[in-house]
Formats: sequence, C-alpha cells, structure tokens
Amino acid sequence: MNATSVTPARTTGARPARRRLRHSLYVAPALALIVLFVYYPIVENIRLSLYKYSAFSPVTRFVGLENYRQAAQDPVFWQALLNNVAYAAVSVVFQVGAALVLAAALEELIGRRLRGLLRTVYFIPAAVSMTVTGLLFQFLYQPDAGLVNGVLRAVGLSSLEHDWLGDPGTAIWGVITMSQWQSFGYTTMLLTVAVQRVPRELYESAHMDGAGRVRTFFTITVPMVREMTGLLVILTVSQAFLVFNEVMVMTGGGPSNSSQVLGTWLYSSAFTGDDMGYASAIGTVMFLITFAAGALQLIHSRRKAAR
Amino acid sequence: MTLTLDTERSAPPSGTPSSRASRGTATRLRPALTRLLASCVFAALAVAVLYPLCWMALSGLKTNGEIFSDPWSLPGEPRWETYADAWDQGVLRYLLNSALVTSASVLAVVLISAWAAYGLTRLDIPCSRPALLLVLGAMMLSPTVALVPLSQLLQALGIYDTYWALIVLYTAFKVPFTTFLIRAYLLGLPTEVEEAAHIDGAGRWQIFWQVVVPMARPILVSAAMLQALFAWNEYAFSLVFITDDHLKTLPVGLADMAGRLNSDWPMLFAGLTIAALPMIVVFLLGQRHFVRGLAEGVGK
Repeated sequence: MNATSVTPARTTGARPARRRLRHSLYVAPALALIVLFVYYPIVENIRLSLYKYSAFSPVTRFVGLENYRQAAQDPVFWQALLNNVAYAAVSVVFQVGAALVLAAALEELIGRRLRGLLRTVYFIPAAVSMTVTGLLFQFLYQPDAGLVNGVLRAVGLSSLEHDWLGDPGTAIWGVITMSQWQSFGYTTMLLTVAVQRVPRELYESAHMDGAGRVRTFFTITVPMVREMTGLLVILTVSQAFLVFNEVMVMTGGGPSNSSQVLGTWLYSSAFTGDDMGYASAIGTVMFLITFAAGALQLIHSRRKAAR
Repeated sequence: MTLTLDTERSAPPSGTPSSRASRGTATRLRPALTRLLASCVFAALAVAVLYPLCWMALSGLKTNGEIFSDPWSLPGEPRWETYADAWDQGVLRYLLNSALVTSASVLAVVLISAWAAYGLTRLDIPCSRPALLLVLGAMMLSPTVALVPLSQLLQALGIYDTYWALIVLYTAFKVPFTTFLIRAYLLGLPTEVEEAAHIDGAGRWQIFWQVVVPMARPILVSAAMLQALFAWNEYAFSLVFITDDHLKTLPVGLADMAGRLNSDWPMLFAGLTIAALPMIVVFLLGQRHFVRGLAEGVGK
C-alpha cells in the first residue's frame, strides 16, 4: 500500500506508470493487512512495554525498562521461561529426533500401503484442537478414574500412581507429554518427505559394503535430511516458546503457578492482573526469542538457496 | 510397486553368500526379527494414538457412573441422547461460529494471498523487492505475543467481540505464509499460457481468474486446508477477543462448557468428539493436499 505512493515517474511516461499503480492493487490488500495486524502490533507492543498502565484507567506512566526489571525479579517469570525451555527440549527430542527414527524406520521396514496408513493414523491427533486433546488428557491424568493411573495399576506399577496435573512437580510434564502425543505424527509426516528424497542408490551401495541399518541411518539418512531437521528444530523451538492453548486448558498455569509458560503468564498479567505494561514486556521477550529463531531459519534457507 | 522394491533392497546383505555364509540362518533371521520388533512398536504407537480418541467417542455414550467405575469397558447401553444433548447445550452454536469464521478466513486468505503472489511474480509493480521482503519477513513474526496492542487495535476499529475480529486476524496472520506457498508454486509454473492469453488481448484480471487460478489449483487447495486446520483449532485470539458467548468458536466454547458442565463427563466427551470430527474427516479426505502444502512450506 505504502509502496504505491513512491512510484518514480522515470522515463516510462504516464500510462505505464498508471498501469504499474493498478498492478500494485493486487499486492495492496496483503500488505495492508500485514502492516496493520502483524507489524504494527509488534512494534506497538515494544513501545507499550516501556509504560505502566491498566486497562481501566486512562493514566499511562513512562517507566523505561522498569517492566523488564520487574520480570527479572519475578520468580513466576523465570519458572515460566524454564517451562518453555523444558517444552522446547523435550519437543526437539521427540518431534525431531524420535520422529526421524520413526520416519526412517517406517520407510525401511514396512510395506508401502501399510506405512502410508500408519503415517495417517499418527497424524490424526494433529488435526484435532488442543482444547479437545487438552480436556481429554485432563481426564486421562485424573488420579482415580484416569486411564494413565489405570495402566500403571494394570502393569503392577501402582507405586507410580499420581495426581499428575494436581502436583506442582509433575503438572507441566503432563502437559508436555500430551503435546508430544499430539504432534509427533505431524513432524513424522514432514520428515518422511525428506527421507523419501534421499537417493536410494546410497543405501544400496552401503548395503553392498555390508553396512547395517543402524549404520546407514547415521551415515546416510541423518546427514542427507540435515536441512529438514535443522528447519524443524527451529520451528519446534519457536512453537515451544509460544505455547498457550494446552497449558491454559489443562492447568491454567497451576497449581501455584508451577506450570505457567510465558504465554499464559502474559495472559494472566494482562487480563487478570491488569498490569498491561508488564504483559507487553513478557510479550517482547517472547517476540525476541521467536524472532531469533525465525532469523536463524531465514539464514538457514538462504544458505540452502545459495547452494 | 515399492513393496517389491523394499524387499529387493533388504535382500543383498543377507543374500551375499561370500562374506556371510558362515553365519547362515542367523543373519537371515535377524532382519526378520528386527522387522517383527519394529512392527510391534509401530502397532503400539498406533494404538496409543487411536485408543484415547476412540475412548473419548465411546465415553460420550456412557453414564458418568460407568466412566468412573469402569473406564475401560464398552458402554453398557449406548446413550445416543448424550450426543444430542451436547449438541443442544451449545455445541451447535460453537460449531456454526467456527464454521463461519473458518470458511470466511479460508476464502479471504487464499484470495488475498493468491493476488499478492500473482502481483509479486508476474506483474511489474513499484517497489516489488521491498514489498516481497515485507510479506515474507512477517513469517518470522508471531502476533500472539502482542495480545495487548491487538486488543486495543480491535477496539479502536470497532470490531472487538465480533466475528470480524477473528476473520481479520486469522487472515492477516496467515497471509505471509500462504503468499509464500503460492508464490513458490507460481515461480515453478510455465508462463506460456499466460503470455498467449495476453497476446490474445486478455486483461490481467481475466488472466488471473481464467489461467492462473486453474493452473495453481493444487497449491490453492493445500493452502485452504492448512488455513482451515489453523482457524478451526485456534484458541488464543478467540479467547481474548471474543467475550460474547453467542460468538465463541469451538476451542474456547468447549473449554467454557467443560467448566459449566461441572463434571458431566459424558456430555463433555460427546461435545469434544463432535468438535474433533470435522477436521479429522477433512484431513482423511484431503491428506494428499495437506502433505503437499506442509512439504512445500517447510521443505523446498
């Protein structure tokens, strides 16, 4: 939109200039939406993080970096950040590491029809809303009727029975586990695409040389799909820092803030605590982390394009 | 076809007699054993994925007592009326809201992104380079971190607590990625047909609708499905920007319902099942398109 106003007249004359202007109408709606609803809010969020104010009073007070100092001294902020880090670490292990093993093993060991079916089955939870799976798992984690404890009892491990979401020590892990259950099929699907692009001849010649499956997985598959795994690591980490829905639905950040993540702590600071400036500061921290991940991704794909 | 390829591929190591003759049957047994073990793992995973979902659907047919006393059993006498009640308890309302917001944002995002991708790849427009960077750069940004300014912005625009808030946000949020997806596809398409149409005197608008859209159909379908999945399941915006219970979409409405039902679990499970089904069906029917969209978006 803003691009149209700076059309240089150049030597092209009036009619081509008007045509170029008309052509830019194709791009204008997209640019207008993006500038207004993506760029502006993020910039505005950084500005607001320098103020103290509440939703119900018109008074705003400039406080500089005070909100960030508040974050640094807020134990819940650190707990939330730590939970996001745990989320990211576990997700990388399962949704990239284990999912790659799974994708490769399916390709190697299972016939075409069946492996397609299995991949479809694994993907199904990813098509379901986090609210649905969150509420379902809330019940599965229940201390008495929940199926998780039921399984433990059935296999003779009743000593491990637990009020999974009710204990501050395990609540966030319950949420993280649910999230792995929901998402591993999605990344397996993506990694399968990468695994299928690896030239078959590489495996054939390695087998000729007597290399086993484990060897070829590490010497051929892993290096050949490095680009996809690199990208997925970045995406997964970035997603892990934006987590909101499943935590909100399953624990609401509790008990006693033990399962807060940055997203839910932002939400409750803004809309329960009415500390808008502080919420914006948390949002800015989330923005910086995910932006760094995004920038890495861009560099990554650039380097790939250059090759 | 690949089935036979698979077996051929695994044949050489156990079948090369020169180096491995001494170990004989052991080497032939090992791949079979690996395969068997792996199959067990794959099957266990499939059960772990499907069982909770089936359990949810079946528990919607039980009584509350049955769920607690005997969570593993099948419903004694299936109570289909629970599903009907859940439907009446608000699920229908939420479902319609979700359907409206989802279909509007799917249409909007595909149309606006296709226009943008067409403009950026085929037309001579001023400042096309900065415009492209602006669009693609937005992919790195996640507006969910800006809940506070967004709610102020929506209030200033007078669309806070309306369908428009969600339609506009879901569209704006996904225009960058969708444009990227369609642009990549258009860059790979031959332009001869478009040029021929141009020589025949067709205008740009006409070419877009009659040549580009039909040729780009596969990626447009993929983009539409990814957007439907996103919009149908989105939670944060819907939670923050919609307060009127009549306008709530499924993810937020169900969470509300869970609180309201006060542990009437069968009713909740019935509601959850109704909410989950449409996207599962869409995915199963259009899996191919889904995977293409995903792969193009991340991999290429």
